[in-house]
Amino acid sequence: MSFDWKWDFTWEILPRLLAATVNTLIAAGAGYAIAVVLGLVLALAQRTPWKPLTLIVREFVEFIRSTPLVLQIFFVFYVGPQFGIRLSPWTSGMIAIGLHYSAYLSEVYRAGIDAVPRGQWEACRAINLSTRDTYFRVIIPQALPPSIAGMGNYLVGIFKDTPMLSVIGVAELMHAANAIGAENYRFLEPYTLVGLIFLAISLPTAGLVRLFEGWVRRKMGM
Amino acid sequence: MDMSAYPLELPADDRPMVRFMNVVKSYGRLVVLDQLNLDIAEGEMVTVIGPSGSGKTTVLRMLMTLETINGGVIYIDGKPLTHMERNGVLVPADERHIRKMRASIGMCFQHFNLFPHMTALQNCMEGPVQVLGLSKAEARARSEELLTLVGMIDKKDQHPSRLSGGQQQRVAIARALAMRPKVMLFDEVTSALDPEVIGEVTNVIRKLVAEHNLTMLMVTHQMGFARDISDRICFFYRGKIEEQGPPAALFGNPQKERTKQFLSAVKEAD
Repeated sequence: MSFDWKWDFTWEILPRLLAATVNTLIAAGAGYAIAVVLGLVLALAQRTPWKPLTLIVREFVEFIRSTPLVLQIFFVFYVGPQFGIRLSPWTSGMIAIGLHYSAYLSEVYRAGIDAVPRGQWEACRAINLSTRDTYFRVIIPQALPPSIAGMGNYLVGIFKDTPMLSVIGVAELMHAANAIGAENYRFLEPYTLVGLIFLAISLPTAGLVRLFEGWVRRKMGM
Repeated sequence: MDMSAYPLELPADDRPMVRFMNVVKSYGRLVVLDQLNLDIAEGEMVTVIGPSGSGKTTVLRMLMTLETINGGVIYIDGKPLTHMERNGVLVPADERHIRKMRASIGMCFQHFNLFPHMTALQNCMEGPVQVLGLSKAEARARSEELLTLVGMIDKKDQHPSRLSGGQQQRVAIARALAMRPKVMLFDEVTSALDPEVIGEVTNVIRKLVAEHNLTMLMVTHQMGFARDISDRICFFYRGKIEEQGPPAALFGNPQKERTKQFLSAVKEAD
């Protein structure tokens, strides 16, 4: 079979793929927002003095990290209704992917928090800061810069995992490419374009994350 | 342990600023402090010296409630610090009681432990604003006054990473003082410093001793400095006070063999 790339077909399908790219970015962004916040909650919950909570959260994180994302997506979308939780593909997808990545981000935060020197905790006690102020004003701000690189990796990761949402019919990039392929019996152009679009977004993101990290460190005087 | 032997509050005629009463600290089977009894009067400057591992720093850390104790009671200004009253007897203090009592105590650390993401001024204002509830303006005024006292006012907007060790330690002293503690603890505050900047920190402490009626407890290896400014020296050996007294007596005419050995070893090292 010869390599035959059709430029007119390429130009024809590009707008449709770019429109789907917007959906992909929204999915990745919303999922990441859930993961960033929930991940912090999970990381802090593992540090409470109440042992049962720590244990439950620890097991939850391990469970999420040890099972496939696609299974979790199916679970939320198809098994949820059996418990009366009926969600649209979009909502299910956001929840599943957000939950999944929150487990990974909680580990990033945990490492960042553990890296803050013990003396910082002691200084907080010495000036009698509350536990809340200790975390939110002293410990977390210092845990953040070393966590940014890891957070950036998972930002790219969540973006690259959005095609999995196509399995429950979320109209993201992969879903659009599959549809175009099926309609026209041509897969070379749509899949190649999908790959290029992912590359065009992932590569600069990694660089931007590094710049952001440097900026945060300078801003904090560290 | 029978807690009825410990008063709920010390009587008015026998009320030192700090009292360690039969205090025990152990890690597993290792006993770090063995039945420590030590009173520090209001405004007194007490220095703890001794070989490493003798429990000196532990004394300060227990007082700052960075370590829990395994026996006895610590009183601050007559009130129990490590314990609280319940149904007429003392029980181990909860976090709330400790937070209330800890407000009387300030501490400076060997490695300064300034908050690296805050400027010198912000470091000093943090406690007064967040803990004492002062307005930003009040906290700023108080902090600037203290930064002036320690000679760091011209660097108030610098982050710790831009300051030398001596400068960081002076900011740390200002930060602790900003909480208006009754008792100040200095834990080897010059040990991590280059020799040429030790003086700028010890001078600040000298000034505090001369001009303020603070109760101070210090651990140091600077024997000359300890001799100059202390009201009393406690020599610790193996978790106990081996010998204590005014600096002139303890340095000039030590009574115990251990004290003599330690002082001559330190002198040789100098």
